[in-house]
Amino acid sequence: MSVEQLYQEIILDHYRVKRNAGLRDPYEVEVHHVNPSCGDELTLRLAVADGAVTDVSYDAQGCSISQASTSVMTELVIGGSPQKALELYDGFQKMIQGQGKVSLDEETFGDAVAFEGVAQFPARVKCAMLGWSAVRDALLRVQASAKEES
Amino acid sequence: MSARYDVEAVRRDFPILTRQVGAYPLTYLDSGNTSQKPQQVVDAIADHYLNHNANVARAMHVLGAEATAAFEGARTAVADFIGASRHEEVVFTKNASEALNLAAHTLTARLGPGDEILVSVMEHHSNIVPWQLACQRTGATLRWFDVTDEGRLDLEGAARDGLVNDHTKVVSIAWVSNVLGTVNPIAQVAAMAHAVGAVMVVDGSQGVPQLPTSVSDLGCDMLAFTGHKICGPTGIGVLWGSYDLLESLPPFLGGGEMIEVVRMTGSTYAPPPYRFEAGTPPIAQAVGLHAAIRYVSALGMDRIAAHEHELTAYALAEMGGVRGLTILGPTEAVDRGGAISFTLDGVHPHDVMQMLDSRGIAIRGGHHCARPLHDRLGVQSSCRASLYLYTTQAEIDRLVEGLDYTSAFFGGRLATAGGTR
Repeated sequence: MSVEQLYQEIILDHYRVKRNAGLRDPYEVEVHHVNPSCGDELTLRLAVADGAVTDVSYDAQGCSISQASTSVMTELVIGGSPQKALELYDGFQKMIQGQGKVSLDEETFGDAVAFEGVAQFPARVKCAMLGWSAVRDALLRVQASAKEES
Repeated sequence: MSARYDVEAVRRDFPILTRQVGAYPLTYLDSGNTSQKPQQVVDAIADHYLNHNANVARAMHVLGAEATAAFEGARTAVADFIGASRHEEVVFTKNASEALNLAAHTLTARLGPGDEILVSVMEHHSNIVPWQLACQRTGATLRWFDVTDEGRLDLEGAARDGLVNDHTKVVSIAWVSNVLGTVNPIAQVAAMAHAVGAVMVVDGSQGVPQLPTSVSDLGCDMLAFTGHKICGPTGIGVLWGSYDLLESLPPFLGGGEMIEVVRMTGSTYAPPPYRFEAGTPPIAQAVGLHAAIRYVSALGMDRIAAHEHELTAYALAEMGGVRGLTILGPTEAVDRGGAISFTLDGVHPHDVMQMLDSRGIAIRGGHHCARPLHDRLGVQSSCRASLYLYTTQAEIDRLVEGLDYTSAFFGGRLATAGGTR
């Protein structure tokens, strides 16, 4: 697989024009994730209300793969239930670690299917997962604090 | 000795340089990370393991004597290579990081609150973190030289801020920056350190492989470097220290070989260098390092330095023409080694690296274990191309061509006609 196939137009598009970028209020949880091998950093805020993810906002520094993946993730997660978001995480992670043998349902995953090529480049898997790992962390923290309150 | 060597002939000694990466010939521009190894070094290690292998010092048979002679022969070769006056001044470690940790651990044993240790903001993490740990242990304070915007050590600022003063006990800086390529004025800094009675430590990881080394010309008290960046194997580093200084220091790691007499109530320690070499040392690696030193010495360190200087000047000029490319550090090949770090507008270093890798060009992307320096320069990370004695002009041309393509690809300019520059 060529590097041009890795950098799908959809990825470059999200990299150049990031969706839902910037940190916004209100939010329930803020998390900070880093990729120590390359120094990429991501601060992500999650807002949940009435059983739905109402906002995911973020400030990130990183490569095209991590930036675009985070951008795509916010589009998929915002508006759905936290449970749905965790399911999307599971599906995306399974694909990205599947060494090219796992494909995504385009109906469910939309632009995220463009990252199927990343699975062939093991060194970049962490990049693609940065935003997803952060949102999962935030979702679990919101769930944990909801349990404490109840 | 003629002014230059035949690079193509040299490359034939490095089998790896003939390999393909996909459809492309390998263009290895990551020698600042680790150098490639000539056949002579690999053969020396194989010969040791296949014909002379035994433990050193304590094995009393023929093989033991041969292995000991080989190990100590390597020590003498290193001493000669760096202009040390005694071979007992050469301590073998597993790498430069361990050498610097050894220095930091032993030199600071008697420090306390009020004492100061001075490093610089351009250091590799391995010349920052051991000193931070030492400060945590002892209560001493860590201070650091800044760099100028051009990437040189800021000596004026240091004088203004009184960085070198009566509290300064240790000064430790890199001879050559692994990011900027800057060659620091070690002799000058050493004189400043000695004027206040401080010990001068030098991280020679990038300097020793690239420049002729004389510890007396450097004027330092300790010099750390690693074998694998000078055509030697991984797993061996060196800490050189003046004998009187080493003799005054406590042990670092405890174990076999570093002792004189061990009793359950207490032990006495061997003289340098053995005091600092606990356990079975890297024997085959020392043999490999010896072969590497023979190899680079036969080429001539002055000619290696000249080769790199010429190529660095060429690379700086050619890379300067790539759209959106900014070089970090000195842009002229004056007091500058063969590491060239750069950023490409709008393209993250990981993406640059990936794009070049797809064309067989190996560079490094990230913060190169020098995050404080990147913070100081206001960039999150960078790319680094680093050259060595086997690098050719054609490889620089391939790098520049790959960078032009990368810049155009991410800039969305590939479809437009009329070139990419």
